[in-house]
Amino acid sequence: MLTALWVAPLLVAAVVAAIPAARREVVLGLWVVLAVVEVAGAVVVWTAVPRAGGFADEVSLPWIPAFGVGYHLGADGFSAPLVAMTTVVFLAVALYSLRRPTDEDAGRTRAFVVLFLALEAVCVGVFLALDLVLFFVFFDLSIVLMYFVIAGWGSGSRAASALQFFLYTFLGSVVMLLGFLVLAVGGRGGITFDIPTLAARDPLAGSGPAGVLALVAIGIGLAIKTPVWPVHTWLPPAHTDAPAAGSAVLAAVLLKMGTYGFVRIAMPLLPGPWRSAALVFVVLGVVSVLWGALVALAQRDLKRMIAYTSVTHLGYVVLAVGAAGIVAAGPEARTLAVTGATVQMVSHGLVTAALFLLAGVLRDRGGTSEIASWSGVAGPMPRFSWTFALAAFASLGLPGLSGFVGEFSLLAGSLPAVPVATVLAALGLAITAALFLRALQSMLLGDRHLPPAAERPPTPRARLSRFRAPSSPDLRVAETTAVGLLLACSVAIGVAPALLTTTIAPAAAQVVSLVSR
Amino acid sequence: MTADALALLPEIVLALGAVVGLCVGSFLPPGREGAVRGVGIVAGLGSAVVALTVRGEPTAFGGTFTVDAATTTVRVVVALAVVVIMVLAGDRPVSDGPSLTADVRTAPSSHRTQTAFAVLVQLAAVGAMVLGGASDLLVLAAAVLLAGLPLAALAGLVRDGRSTEAALKYFLSSALFGLVLLTGVTVLLGLTGATSYSDLSRVTTPLPAAVAVLLVLAGLLMTIGGVPAHFWVPDAVDGTSPVTGAVLTTTAKVGGLVAAWRLLVAVPTAAVPWPLLVAVLAVGSMTLGNLAAFAQTSLRRLLAYSTISQVGYLLVPVAVAARTPLALPALLGYLAAYAVTNLAVFAVVAARPQALEIADQRGLGRRHPALAVALVVGLLGLVGTPPTVVFAGKLAGFTAAVDGGMTWLAAVAVLNSVASLVYYLRWIVPVFSPGDPVLRDPLRARAAVVAVVLAVASVAGGILVAFAG
Repeated sequence: MLTALWVAPLLVAAVVAAIPAARREVVLGLWVVLAVVEVAGAVVVWTAVPRAGGFADEVSLPWIPAFGVGYHLGADGFSAPLVAMTTVVFLAVALYSLRRPTDEDAGRTRAFVVLFLALEAVCVGVFLALDLVLFFVFFDLSIVLMYFVIAGWGSGSRAASALQFFLYTFLGSVVMLLGFLVLAVGGRGGITFDIPTLAARDPLAGSGPAGVLALVAIGIGLAIKTPVWPVHTWLPPAHTDAPAAGSAVLAAVLLKMGTYGFVRIAMPLLPGPWRSAALVFVVLGVVSVLWGALVALAQRDLKRMIAYTSVTHLGYVVLAVGAAGIVAAGPEARTLAVTGATVQMVSHGLVTAALFLLAGVLRDRGGTSEIASWSGVAGPMPRFSWTFALAAFASLGLPGLSGFVGEFSLLAGSLPAVPVATVLAALGLAITAALFLRALQSMLLGDRHLPPAAERPPTPRARLSRFRAPSSPDLRVAETTAVGLLLACSVAIGVAPALLTTTIAPAAAQVVSLVSR
Repeated sequence: MTADALALLPEIVLALGAVVGLCVGSFLPPGREGAVRGVGIVAGLGSAVVALTVRGEPTAFGGTFTVDAATTTVRVVVALAVVVIMVLAGDRPVSDGPSLTADVRTAPSSHRTQTAFAVLVQLAAVGAMVLGGASDLLVLAAAVLLAGLPLAALAGLVRDGRSTEAALKYFLSSALFGLVLLTGVTVLLGLTGATSYSDLSRVTTPLPAAVAVLLVLAGLLMTIGGVPAHFWVPDAVDGTSPVTGAVLTTTAKVGGLVAAWRLLVAVPTAAVPWPLLVAVLAVGSMTLGNLAAFAQTSLRRLLAYSTISQVGYLLVPVAVAARTPLALPALLGYLAAYAVTNLAVFAVVAARPQALEIADQRGLGRRHPALAVALVVGLLGLVGTPPTVVFAGKLAGFTAAVDGGMTWLAAVAVLNSVASLVYYLRWIVPVFSPGDPVLRDPLRARAAVVAVVLAVASVAGGILVAFAG
């Protein structure tokens, strides 16, 4: 079942690559159908996750037995929600991408679809992998594929941004691999890369510097991907120059690979070093929160601003997982912190994907996502304005939406362990609220002033003359559906958080008890 | 004697292929010597099959030649590389150098260069196979010459200025380092009183033994193209056709690395601290190769420096060979992976001999998407990106390094892998940028097919990875 979940997109990609590029509707149609099937598959996997903790649908086969590498997949309370979020985001991206630029070459459309299908496969794979090497394979491939998305379909100085993204995150991933090697080799009882086995074994307990070294290497790799201040500098250019669909996937899914790595690998496999370094992560998390929020406040470009709010939101996650390493706080609070962190990952994925897709709409209609270029949008673009406002409120943590659930529970869980840091981090909420309200106010309200390109609806082209060119710059049906789907999930989590937390809590409790060893 | 010959059957089959090819070729009209390459393909396939199926004695000729998993791997990889080379060379006359495409094709040549090419490749391959199995210093010395000298002749086949320079440079450095190697062999003979590897465990005098091992190693470094004996690689690869470049950077390297491993594990580390020495050489090779590759604009020079850095990664498992049982499977797996990936990239270059500069790569992705994807797979494979075979090889090599207590070496190799990404990307980026839409961009059909097949093999091999031994 789990194998099918990550292989299916690849099979469809092969089919898409085989059919003639000119059949553009077929290509895009297949993509949407596959995305829907993936969502269904993710829901099935989610329902199979045992409520008492542990893995569902485990698959374990030897792969390179001489080196202790196995093909081990499993879904637990951490992976199932993230896989579900991933498939929903990819469905939204597929719907959003149904409307291609009319002058795009059909071959390029097909290549775009193939890339995103492959990307979905590796993104799902990363969250299901229970073997360090398998995890690394998917982790690394996501970087390669995203490089081609940015370099091939981006805007602005895309080649430079893509290269910076690739080098920066690739460096992080191989440094992380080095940490994996130390973990796999240093343990007693032979080489193994199997995550549950290593978690049970606590391989580097009492080995002094080796454990710290491994945590530093893995921590650097995951921190770059998350990204945590001060290694977040690749993120803004990559987001600004990536296409909207690429930005959405990058923010929603690829960044989660970093934070997911903390709860899946760093915490359970290196409990001793994690406890001793917990304060470092707390501090880095708080600095990320405040730094990201303050820098976001100063941005003039909407995409850059959203990119920096990602640093803030994931800073909360890092704060919470750090706080979970402080044993004095008691298991209930720490479990709450880890649960909140995971909810925050899911929520950030849904909401930020929606925000980036909406920013992409602006860039598509007006050629710019400068905040100052747009004013009084609420009149000509009502659907855009409603969804954008809702997404902004979800992102700043309004109760009733998913952002509130995640941030409230992770801050509540961190408070007993690190009260000062938590209070400081809570300041970030206020700054985020301020910057989103400012953007809403200046873009949606006020006198109508759109970029010239958005004011002039495109003239109908000869080959599309069957359809009358739409005269409004507002969201199209497919775009509304895409963004609406993401926001509906966010509202659902906000209204009924138990849907998510009952699945996550057992896994979180397990990790917390592993860290306390 | 019969048993000894049986143990060497793969080498004999390939040598016979060379002899038969030479005879057949002398009866064929110059320029229409495809049958010679056909003989070479049959001999290569036959040699690989024999190496995998016939089980002879574990040693032959009084313990001077060893047949084990390492030898088998070298035999199979080298024999299959010969097959690939023969197919690639079939695309055009070998004398058809990159700068002379049109005139040589039309003017019939009086020289049987195709026969010479096929025969020399097979002889060099026999030398590489013997290198892989040599467990006696004199056999080693002979094998180094047999693996190296045909390559010098190969490099000079085209007979233009650059090719002559390449051949001369290769020949002079191989003569120099061959001499160095023989000096080392002589000193070791004086120290132990024998030439067999099994007697090397008797060395007790640290300093002379260390010098002698260093000298022998220097000769082997010349064969595999590693720092500090790497100077011939860029000039030889850049001065010859891409197919010849593929030969120069594949066969001897595979044999030479296994020869280095076999020699070093026979030397007691208490007498000679060779693990550290090899580690330093590995760091030098990967770092200098990478640094020099950054500034290259010629694809063949870039690839040449990339193979130098690959030698560095290949030396990593050799450095920890005495400390961990993981080293040998890592070395063999990486060697096979390297051969597949390196040949794939050279095949991509050989498919378009008119476009040998980075600037000529613009628009390739639009014109020949399959070839472009094969190139990306090959280049990212050389970086060590999953799921290609080189990733598995690198992973194994680094695991062995960490297990052997050389975590710092693994860290240096990892950083170098990241650095290498920069110049491989310099090649990939123009491939996907829009190029001249009306440019005629003919493809050598066989090379293109070989490139795609090898790229697929490198991904499939990465997924279905299974190490020998």
